[in-house]
Amino acid sequence: MNADHNVVVQVDGLHKSYGDVHALRGLDLQVKSGEILGFLGPNGAGKTTAIKIFSGFIAADKGSAKICSYDCYSESVEVQKILGYLPENNPIYPEMRVVDALKFVGAAHYLRGSALNDSIDRVVEKTQLHEVFYRQVATCSKGFRQRVGLAQALLNDPQVLLLDEPTSGLDPLQVYEMRKLITELGEQKTVIITSHVLSEVEAVASRVVMLNNGSKVIDKQMSDFEDEQLVAVQLVCNKQKLVSLCQKVSASVEHVEELPDINQCHAVVSSTVSSQQLVSQLAKAACESQIEVAMLNPQGNSLEHQFRSICNQ
Amino acid sequence: MAYFESPVGYVIVALFPALAAALFFLVGDLFFSYNEANLRHFFANMPILIAVIAPAIAMRTWAEELRSGTFERLSTLPFSVTELVVGKFLGVWAIFAFATSCSLLVPITVDSLGDLDWGPVIAAYIGTLFMAGAALAICCYLSSITTNQIVAWMIGACVLLALNLVHLIASAAFVPQAIAEFMLQVDMSQHFKSMARGVIDMQAIGYYVAVIVLALLANNISLSYRRFL
Repeated sequence: MNADHNVVVQVDGLHKSYGDVHALRGLDLQVKSGEILGFLGPNGAGKTTAIKIFSGFIAADKGSAKICSYDCYSESVEVQKILGYLPENNPIYPEMRVVDALKFVGAAHYLRGSALNDSIDRVVEKTQLHEVFYRQVATCSKGFRQRVGLAQALLNDPQVLLLDEPTSGLDPLQVYEMRKLITELGEQKTVIITSHVLSEVEAVASRVVMLNNGSKVIDKQMSDFEDEQLVAVQLVCNKQKLVSLCQKVSASVEHVEELPDINQCHAVVSSTVSSQQLVSQLAKAACESQIEVAMLNPQGNSLEHQFRSICNQ
Repeated sequence: MAYFESPVGYVIVALFPALAAALFFLVGDLFFSYNEANLRHFFANMPILIAVIAPAIAMRTWAEELRSGTFERLSTLPFSVTELVVGKFLGVWAIFAFATSCSLLVPITVDSLGDLDWGPVIAAYIGTLFMAGAALAICCYLSSITTNQIVAWMIGACVLLALNLVHLIASAAFVPQAIAEFMLQVDMSQHFKSMARGVIDMQAIGYYVAVIVLALLANNISLSYRRFL
């Protein structure tokens, strides 16, 4: 990751509604140079709306969004000169050949002659489009079309990349290739990637912002999530005994639920040790306290748990 | 150039000169019965022809972009809305100019049969291009308010036919004088009459330029408004 910590994306109090539907409710965000930010959330959370505002395609109802100090609404042309954008569904003119589609976008960024040819060579190499370079876009597979879209986004060598659901509709191998490419790009550029697929964000992002119903609910570094491992525990005891037992093994209790019908208590606990170690520690502590264990189930890292909790709301 | 990636582009561009020639040489005995080497009747058909062809050329200008989602791609390139609107308009105007150039076979044919005065022909072609420009600008705007090309064509054809036939209503007895005069000023075919005879009428050109500017402005507003939807 780039060591430069300047803020390249500044978002303050962003609101956007489509009629009665509030897509964004006061989003505040800062993205520093060199970050790969994962915008995560269930369908309808507001991710694509936020991206469309950053790209200058739509205007916010209230608040401001700036990229490299240019306002995304009033200075949208300046923003678009330094931005690379891959929209959701990747709309490309189907009747164009790949080479023509790249020339079109390159010319739109005022690239001419040898500068245009060099840029096209660079992005074709990056996205491995040699095989389909002279083929009509309509006859390319979904994976290649997605790569054409990404190549178009890279032509102007942008400082900031906005990728809206970049692996949507791709097969597993294509997803792997796309993730690898995004990780490479993240070494030189600031990348904002949206997804409703948890594993995609986990694979590439250095920071996660989770949206739900238009509001930011989580904003953390990916390393913070990886440090927290979760285990679901169900013991034959009351709430106080369960909490006390968890404190013995230095685990934090995320939430507790008493099950009076079966005289048991259920909780999700987190710790910085691995989930196997946590399971082992809890089992040992329960045994020493002569408490019967009904269930000990590793839940992965806290990102997955929090994502599932939000999606189930 | 994308316009010619499908057969539709070729058909529309070929249709204009073909229809113009057919109407002049074959329908209503407009040429042979007069036994004169002039193209007045050829250009007299232009307003109605343009009312049919211009919507066909311009119908997919914005409607297809909006339907397929490529409007988002276009809007996120470093162009202002004005640049996009003017660029699209100049593109369809160039296509019409190309189609019009194909109709030069008609005056060339007439010139081979008699002594054609090319001055009025050139003036009439200039008038045709300006009238077509106004028609195309209106149709580009109408294309921006729908996602369906066929709807864009139908509305465009209706609007242009109305603008070319409003003089018929103006001549009705029940229409007040002031309104009749206003209708005649608005009628596109009335402004073309003198240019069809070979006179470069600056008032008519001013009218067509004004229509182009207003239609492009409306087009700009309709697309800019989409940012707030």
